[in-house]
Amino acid sequence: MLPIDHVIGLSAVLFTIGTVGALTRRNLIVMLMSIELMLNAANLAFVGFNRIWAANPEGSALDGQIFVLMVVTVAAAEIAIGLGMVIALVRNRDSMNVEDHSVLKW
Amino acid sequence: MVEDAVAEPLLRWIPLLPMLSAVLHAVLLGVLRRPLAPGAVVAISCGTPLLSLLCTGVAFSSLIALPGGGGFLLDPAYTWIGGGLGAAAFSADLSFQLDALSGVMALVVSVAGFAIHVYSAGYMRADARDDRGFQRFFCYLNFLLSAMLVLVLADNLLMMFLGWQGVALCSYLLIGFWYGEAENAYAGSKAFIANCVGDLGLLVGILLLFWSLSEAGAPTISFRGIEAAFADIAERTLRLPGAGGHEVLLVDVIGLCFLLGACGKSAQFPLHVWLPDAMVAPTPASALIHAATMVTAGVYLVCRLSFLFAAAPAASTVIAWVGGLTALFAAMIAISQRDIKQVLAYSTMSQLGFMFLAAGCGAYAAAMFHVVTHAFFMALLFLAAGAVSLVLHHEQDLFRMGALSKRLPKVRVMMLVGVFAIAGAPGLSGFFSRGEILVATFSSELTGHRVLYWMGVLTSLLTSFYAYRMYFLVFEGESHVEREVRARLQEPGNVLLGPLYAFAVLSVLGGYMGLSQFWGDMIGIDRSDSLGNFVRTVVVSGARDGLSAGTEWRFVATAVAAWALGAAGAWWLYVRNPAVVERVTGSLATLGHVLSNGLFIDVLYERVIVRPLVVLSDRVLYRGVELRLIDGLAVNGTARSIWLLAHRVLRLPHSGMTQGYLFLMLIGMLGILLYLVG
Repeated sequence: MLPIDHVIGLSAVLFTIGTVGALTRRNLIVMLMSIELMLNAANLAFVGFNRIWAANPEGSALDGQIFVLMVVTVAAAEIAIGLGMVIALVRNRDSMNVEDHSVLKW
Repeated sequence: MVEDAVAEPLLRWIPLLPMLSAVLHAVLLGVLRRPLAPGAVVAISCGTPLLSLLCTGVAFSSLIALPGGGGFLLDPAYTWIGGGLGAAAFSADLSFQLDALSGVMALVVSVAGFAIHVYSAGYMRADARDDRGFQRFFCYLNFLLSAMLVLVLADNLLMMFLGWQGVALCSYLLIGFWYGEAENAYAGSKAFIANCVGDLGLLVGILLLFWSLSEAGAPTISFRGIEAAFADIAERTLRLPGAGGHEVLLVDVIGLCFLLGACGKSAQFPLHVWLPDAMVAPTPASALIHAATMVTAGVYLVCRLSFLFAAAPAASTVIAWVGGLTALFAAMIAISQRDIKQVLAYSTMSQLGFMFLAAGCGAYAAAMFHVVTHAFFMALLFLAAGAVSLVLHHEQDLFRMGALSKRLPKVRVMMLVGVFAIAGAPGLSGFFSRGEILVATFSSELTGHRVLYWMGVLTSLLTSFYAYRMYFLVFEGESHVEREVRARLQEPGNVLLGPLYAFAVLSVLGGYMGLSQFWGDMIGIDRSDSLGNFVRTVVVSGARDGLSAGTEWRFVATAVAAWALGAAGAWWLYVRNPAVVERVTGSLATLGHVLSNGLFIDVLYERVIVRPLVVLSDRVLYRGVELRLIDGLAVNGTARSIWLLAHRVLRLPHSGMTQGYLFLMLIGMLGILLYLVG
């Protein structure tokens, strides 16, 4: 059985990769992908902790896994909106580069 | 003290009646915009002063009927400000008192006021320059009379101050009566401002007096109360700040503060500048305000507080010198004036100087005597001058009159009576009252009283000279009147002449009310109830005795000589040898220039006070404080600094860069996390 340290370690690595990707990559699609990566890092942590939680007498076997399902649902909704926005932006400016869309302030 | 008071509810009606009339006019004109017919205006405006005069007369006769000296009538109409209990109780009442001093003054004010109201009815009819001017004039005049009577009858300083301000307001309104001309409005403002400078002194004096009395345990402002408690503060000294611990008498400081107020009101140097300019007022108003009543308020104040000034040697000396100097230099200026009203204005100033001289020398009764006689002959002169200039279509230049004696015989006689009275011809009022002042000056123990006496004699000579000069220029010599005006000259109507007759009689006989002991013995009149002795029941007695008959005769001879010399000089110069005048004027052009410009005191004030003040207001206060500091720094500065903060700092994170936001969000989350963890 995999030790919990490895699961959390992997989750942390994935989250860091996602964060750095979201902050540094200029491509809108890649940024969305990085955000997905961060979400999935969180999912991994949920699943990993769930195993410890299930061993606890007061705990339950499925809490963390249900959370993962919730996150996957949210991620699906988010990517639907996100991709829609990306398409709208690309149509507007003809560019995938996030720096070309800096006038969306106010 | 107060047990001498006799209640007399009539007193409140004396100022109230003219006030009612003024309020009626104000409401009709200002609110309802429905002017009355001139006849109704005259009936109301002259009727109320007549009733008020009757009230004064009745009250005065019941005052005289009081047994013994020192009694007075009191009408506590209303407690205005009251507070405190027991020994600390303080109240300022709207209450009127009639004692010998205020009685004499109130009589003069009522008589002169009523006569001038009648005169105004004739004068303003002929002179109304816009349709509502007639009623407006009477509104102001009634209000002035009322305020003056409040001032005179007030039984405490606060109420006196109320009247004091009221007459200043009316003076302002009447000087600027024809406000269409900028010069008149300016003269009104000037009078008001000069008076305000004096009022500041008066107010400080009142507050100082009240403060010191409260410290001494007697918080009071009524004249009786102050006099009763005065002994407690009479010796008190003040340490001057920053003068090496030099100590001055508190009463001297208070006296000087009051003197400043009196100088403003009575046009004494250095606050005299408003009076000559005030002559743009309609002539009846000039007669009432600037000759007969209002300007004597300063003298009245000093006499009212005579117990204070008698205990303040330094303040008294200053009063005497201010009065003496003003008398002399105003008489000098009067000689050089071309405008008939200016001559009279400076003459008023000079006579007021005599009154101050007397008050400074401690002869308060003599000062009041001169107030009374001066009110009569100066009103007479003003009204006669008004009549002359009215028939000449507002001509006021002496050198464009002349040879009017055949055309205006009645006015001429009246003017002549006034001139004789003011010049001090033996037997007329000015002779007795000014003689009294000069004797008092000579026998006082003031610093430099001999100098003051000779200054007074010289002023008498000049007075005689300018009075006769004015008369000769108007009525004798060659005519300089335009021919068509001259052809249609006729005497003014009886409404104008009636008050003149009244004042002429008073000017002749007024002097016999206040004969000195010497003259009383000489003529054989019992003078135990003379004006002087009557007033001395209230004011501090500056009784002079022990002068031998020989000394008295020398004073009389000096006074007569001064009168005769002045008169003869004027006759010689302006009737006999008019050519000399031109030659003398030519050779003394500089002196004449200096004199006719009033010694350039106006120019001095303009340079030293007005212009620096304008520069200060404009450059420093307006452009510096207002525009830069308040508008620039405080108001616009706040707005601009917020804008700068937003523009330079707060705007930076709002870059529009999605990843920038993400980064900031990350930092924020890390911060929250760190906080939660520990």
